[in-house]
Amino acid sequence: MSFGPKPWHQTNWDFRAAFNFMFGSAGAGLLVVVAFSGVAGGALQAEILLGMALIGAGLISVWFEIGRPLRAMNVGFNPFTSWMTRESFAAGLVFALGLAAVWLASQPLAQAVALAALVFAYCQGRILQGAKGIPAWRVPALTWLIFTTALAEGAGLFVALTALFDTPARGALGYFSLALIARALAWSIYRSGAAKITVPAALAALDRSGKILIQFGTLAPLALLLVGWFAPEVARIVVLLAGIAALATGWQFKFVLITRAAYNQGFALPRLPVRGTR
Amino acid sequence: MTRWAMVADLRRCVGCQTCTASCKQANATPPDVQWRRVLDMEVGEYPEVKRVFVPVGCMHCEDPPCMHVCPSTATKKRPDGIVTIDYDLCIGCSYCAVACPYQARYKTDRASFAYGKATAQETQAFDPKRLAVATKCTFCVDRIDAGLAKGLTPGIDPEATPACVNSCITQTLSFGDVEDPNSNVSQLLAENQTFRMHEELGTGPGFYYIWDKKDREEVL
Repeated sequence: MSFGPKPWHQTNWDFRAAFNFMFGSAGAGLLVVVAFSGVAGGALQAEILLGMALIGAGLISVWFEIGRPLRAMNVGFNPFTSWMTRESFAAGLVFALGLAAVWLASQPLAQAVALAALVFAYCQGRILQGAKGIPAWRVPALTWLIFTTALAEGAGLFVALTALFDTPARGALGYFSLALIARALAWSIYRSGAAKITVPAALAALDRSGKILIQFGTLAPLALLLVGWFAPEVARIVVLLAGIAALATGWQFKFVLITRAAYNQGFALPRLPVRGTR
Repeated sequence: MTRWAMVADLRRCVGCQTCTASCKQANATPPDVQWRRVLDMEVGEYPEVKRVFVPVGCMHCEDPPCMHVCPSTATKKRPDGIVTIDYDLCIGCSYCAVACPYQARYKTDRASFAYGKATAQETQAFDPKRLAVATKCTFCVDRIDAGLAKGLTPGIDPEATPACVNSCITQTLSFGDVEDPNSNVSQLLAENQTFRMHEELGTGPGFYYIWDKKDREEVL
């Protein structure tokens, strides 16, 4: 039995926080795929810079949201329990290794950046999951949904960028397909967990967004990749569209997750007061 | 060990909001910020409707999620169970606010006053350190510490007791040490049936709600 004022949407984190999760995970995902794609030279340097720029843009966006921006360095004071601190450390590692990788155009360093980027993406998932006040966020499966979303968005961005200049390698397209499927599976697991604890308004927002994620962010890109497989003459354009669709739908999902589905649970009374005689 | 806790007897609360007003006066919180709130709940369908007034605020949890997520270590828990915020460390990221299942935290970016212009009392009590950082109920920790230093007992001596408890006209609110079996709050918990808000989340709130007396056999 549960009573109380209806849950309402949190007002503490807005689009600026959402941008951190949107840009940050796309950047991290791009750094992961670039490192193992065989890209070298100027393309490697440019894509590492783009990945770092996206992560940086996300962090700058959230910097505009914090109340005391001049104290931003205090974010690093609690590595023992805070995933936000850990995210900041991972970002620092990404930037340090990334700049070295760009400077030296080094594949091994790019792979080290990719590992740091994976940690960064995982931290982002744990940040949301640690928010106990928001039922839609504290679902354990959200961590892996955010993580796989980063992989899918990064892969989408990578194949789209590659398609601008050349036909992407089959290995990259295979990885992209797997990332899309992993994201769809993670969504499915998350959805069943969220249905047990979130309020109807939050679930409705999640469902609308999840539908887009599956239809336009998973099925459509996979279908486009198939078209490209059988019709090489249009391969580059369909891969470009597939990549953009994966990226855009991942971003819209996270935007909705932060700014539309983040209802609290209100207040609940498991018992009502017994007044007068019994 | 001492564990300060609050007990609210839901059978007694009449929703007068005196606790809210006294908290605002004692802690000089700005408009729209209520460290001690009283919810007015209407439960059920006509004609079986019940009205319940529920005091809420920071629950000073045993395992506070706000403390774990805080990246700056501004939020801490004292050995006596009181959860505090260091306004000089807080960066105002609001992570604690979304981590709190009790919506107990506030962040005010700009100074605001009840009548636009600061009154004499507001001017005197204004603390710029509280702008753009997280704030919440402190259990009037300054009163507790000052009272203890004078040898007073929080929850018994008004000078050492949170303002909301002192002001409560129906004695709904009680404050004391739940680790002391002879304290006022321990006695209340022993004699009555209680629950804690959102207990399933495992935060261990230090705020108990009395909803009924225990049967005589249970007390014995």
